[in-house]
Amino acid sequence: MVDEVEFTSYYGRPIIKPPVWKTPDVPLYLFLGGAAGSSAVLGALAEGTRRPALARVAHLTAGGGALASVAFLIHDLGRPSRFLNMLRVLKTTSPLSVGSWILAPFSALTTATAGAHLLGRFPLLRRFTGAGAAVLGGPMTTYTAALLADTAVPSWHEAHRELPVVFAGSAMAAGGGITTALTPLDEAGPARRVAAMGAAIELAAMHRVEHGHGLVSEPYRTGRAGKLLKTARACTATGAGLTLLAGRSRTAAAVSGALLAVGSVLTRFGVFDAGMASAKDPRYTVEPQRARARASEAAASRAAAGSRRGS
Amino acid sequence: MTAISSASAAFRGQDRGNRLFGPVPDVTGDRGYADDHPARVGFFTDTSVCIGCKACEVACKEWNLLPMDDAEGTVDALGLTGASYDNTGMLGANSWRHVAFVEQSRAVDLPMPTVGPPGAADGQRPLEDPPVVHPQVPASATTAEQSAPSQTASGDREIRWLMSSDVCKHCTHAACLDVCPTGSLFRTEFGTVVVQEDICNGCGYCVPACPYGVIDQRQDDGRVFKCTLCYDRLTDGLQPACASACPTESIQFGDLDALQARADQRLAALQEKGVEGARLYGRDETDGVGGAGAFFLLLDEPEVYGLPPDPVVTTRDLPAMWRSVGAGAAMVLGLIASAFVGRRR
Repeated sequence: MVDEVEFTSYYGRPIIKPPVWKTPDVPLYLFLGGAAGSSAVLGALAEGTRRPALARVAHLTAGGGALASVAFLIHDLGRPSRFLNMLRVLKTTSPLSVGSWILAPFSALTTATAGAHLLGRFPLLRRFTGAGAAVLGGPMTTYTAALLADTAVPSWHEAHRELPVVFAGSAMAAGGGITTALTPLDEAGPARRVAAMGAAIELAAMHRVEHGHGLVSEPYRTGRAGKLLKTARACTATGAGLTLLAGRSRTAAAVSGALLAVGSVLTRFGVFDAGMASAKDPRYTVEPQRARARASEAAASRAAAGSRRGS
Repeated sequence: MTAISSASAAFRGQDRGNRLFGPVPDVTGDRGYADDHPARVGFFTDTSVCIGCKACEVACKEWNLLPMDDAEGTVDALGLTGASYDNTGMLGANSWRHVAFVEQSRAVDLPMPTVGPPGAADGQRPLEDPPVVHPQVPASATTAEQSAPSQTASGDREIRWLMSSDVCKHCTHAACLDVCPTGSLFRTEFGTVVVQEDICNGCGYCVPACPYGVIDQRQDDGRVFKCTLCYDRLTDGLQPACASACPTESIQFGDLDALQARADQRLAALQEKGVEGARLYGRDETDGVGGAGAFFLLLDEPEVYGLPPDPVVTTRDLPAMWRSVGAGAAMVLGLIASAFVGRRR
């Protein structure tokens, strides 16, 4: 047993640079993009299964969410006037580049679909753009998880396998919840089921993020992020429970949908905050790396000893 | 064809395919430059001879016209950290060289031959070159003495200063470059990594992607800035400003393979003198960033200097992330479709 070595840092300064992304811009961009993505899928399927009210609500949610998401993304740039430089190249090594190429056509298609609903015209065009948006809706819900995970931020990076699942569930809960709240009861069945499934996935995957990664899971349970995520859990769980009543009462549907949307918003803020906290404290950068370095040194010396014995 | 770093990667048949991780013998050619591209250049920063004069910081600021800032990167602010002689604080958008000052107080033995347990090991540590120190500070505060912390019979405490001029590592696998969505960051013909300021839209993605915390956004400008390894000077056949200004040759500029050979010699020489804390940082091309273009000789653990002990380029795990993103997206589509199956309500 080796003694616990005292943690050292350079005057307690962070080693990596915490993200310069602003709050609430970026957490809201994550939430709105997710809600829009799942709503676009809901809208296209509602259109195809002749649920006009659900289709209208879902497509308006998708269009509004996508536009607001783009607005928050542009507002967060250091040089907003150069937003179009995002579409200068397509790089698969950059989730933000891939994401821009998902977000740009998605927001165009959802805006066109929502516009057609509002104008009450162009039904054929509406079906076409709605279907296109639905195809991009899936990736819309998850690419933002790669955006966070593909950084040196310890609590985001280590959770890189679970975060896309969290964001997928959170997006379904939000999109399903909002459409549940705004759609007449007789057409909202699929939205309720999507909301309930999404909430269950969000809670389960988030539990793994909060507990599965040792030291770097800690920021998800402590401080402001811990409080946000605890509240998010309560909202999402209550909202999911209320979906059982949401088929009978419009009030229950509204409350359930609102709680699920709030839960999703708080999850995004909580995940964002936990990452910021893990970036600002050098402990979360140094200790896992130190442990990894020790382990590989030990393995190397064992291998060296083994080869000496063997020769 | 130019040999860039050691050929070990090619020997293992890994010269192909290491697009995200692992050694890349010719990173410049790998990124599409013709075979007659210049050799990969870099810095070898030998911190054992750094005197903390900050000439590198000043030369860099002057040559690159970097604005004044305080230790938190606030432009046009003059501030003292109050922690040490280091008032630069960190690398950032406005400080492309940063001299770290580390003051260590630890128990060491006085350098008298009679003190300490007798033995052959003791005799192998000659203090050939006793440093000139203040009379009240015992002369044993040298790196050589640090190699024998067990001989602290007398319990004297001494101060040692570690000074190190930090800089962008110009990684073989540069996360900042990988994640840049605009193509603003690019690999130059010298194998270095540079931001094109007329392209950068200030998305800030490179900032948390860097495992060393080098690149940063300049407040009230919005774009990101970092060391260019004096790209402008290199194209005119000059060496970078910091290396030109360094009075002790702590900062050495040159072709990377030559610097690596020199660093190996220097490390061997120090180890021969009994400086056990000495190690090279960023030299190993099998490390998490495929080896650094700017590497260091340190006298203590990297984290003491504010460097990550085992940095890994974040895009190493990007294939796993994309798989999870794809699976999540498919799950969303499948589950929402399933919600429409069967029941009418």
